[in-house]
Amino acid sequence: MPHDHHDDNPHSLLPSEPALRVKALETILTEKGLVDPAALDAIIDLYSHEIGPQIGAGIVAKAWTDDAFRAALLADADQAISALGHGGRQGEHVVVVENTPETHNLVVCTLCSCYPWPLLGIPPGWYKSDSYRARAVREPRAVLAEFGVTLGEGTKVRVWDSTAEIRYLVLPMRPEGSGGMDEATLAGIVTRDSMIGTGLPAAAGAAT
Amino acid sequence: MTGITGAQADRPVPVRPFDEPWHAAAFAITVHLHDHGLFTWPDWADALGRALAGDAHAGCLDGSDDYYRAWLAALQEMLATGGVADAADIEQVKQAWTDAYLTTPHGQPVAIALR
Repeated sequence: MPHDHHDDNPHSLLPSEPALRVKALETILTEKGLVDPAALDAIIDLYSHEIGPQIGAGIVAKAWTDDAFRAALLADADQAISALGHGGRQGEHVVVVENTPETHNLVVCTLCSCYPWPLLGIPPGWYKSDSYRARAVREPRAVLAEFGVTLGEGTKVRVWDSTAEIRYLVLPMRPEGSGGMDEATLAGIVTRDSMIGTGLPAAAGAAT
Repeated sequence: MTGITGAQADRPVPVRPFDEPWHAAAFAITVHLHDHGLFTWPDWADALGRALAGDAHAGCLDGSDDYYRAWLAALQEMLATGGVADAADIEQVKQAWTDAYLTTPHGQPVAIALR
């Protein structure tokens, strides 16, 4: 039996091997003054509660409703995004790629897991998986089909391979039937996956 | 081949971006050290890429525990390269934590003596 909960071991529950290793790193780095435990907590809290796809969704909704912003975003995303108070911590550049009826954009990082964190938060597990990282380039249409995205025959798929220096954000097409929605309502239909290219915005009728 | 998504819902805001606390801690340590200039982000990405490619499970990483094990290996490599801590240092402190957990009565705070 892997876990015998009838044991009467009086000691504390032993964390997993990698968890102990991380504790060791934290201890060493704190002792050397290289890490402040409170700062680590703040980083975790930031990425758990504040930074997430809702930031990217707000940018997409603004681009859908404000043509001047959309043009600025496509021309120089770093500047347009920092004007809204968001931006990179790793010194990376953000490039926004726009879906059109002719071209669907799909983002991957074949090397590791580069991702526009400040706009989308921590990437989902599948983005970091070997399967996605290998197949997005090799057979993007098959990958898209697994995500439930079927494109017209006339639509090309363009795959963008992120690097440590350049992160891509997809600007999805504004769904039909969303004409009457304001910016905040539109942000609610922009899904995380639609900004990676593995999804489409929620149907306009589905927004509440 | 099984699907990539596992049919997981595309929630607008992930409630739990980290599956395990140690994933979050390893992530935060890395971001913090980069913020303080211990390494450049491209150098970090290279190390992580190498760790992912060289992982024993290469080709079938699921993007969760095994991904963060590679992350941890890359972080240790950065610390060794930067002369901050080598594998023996880390092993020694890890053993101290292990001993502390095994000898601290349940319910008591677990701590190790700083050297």
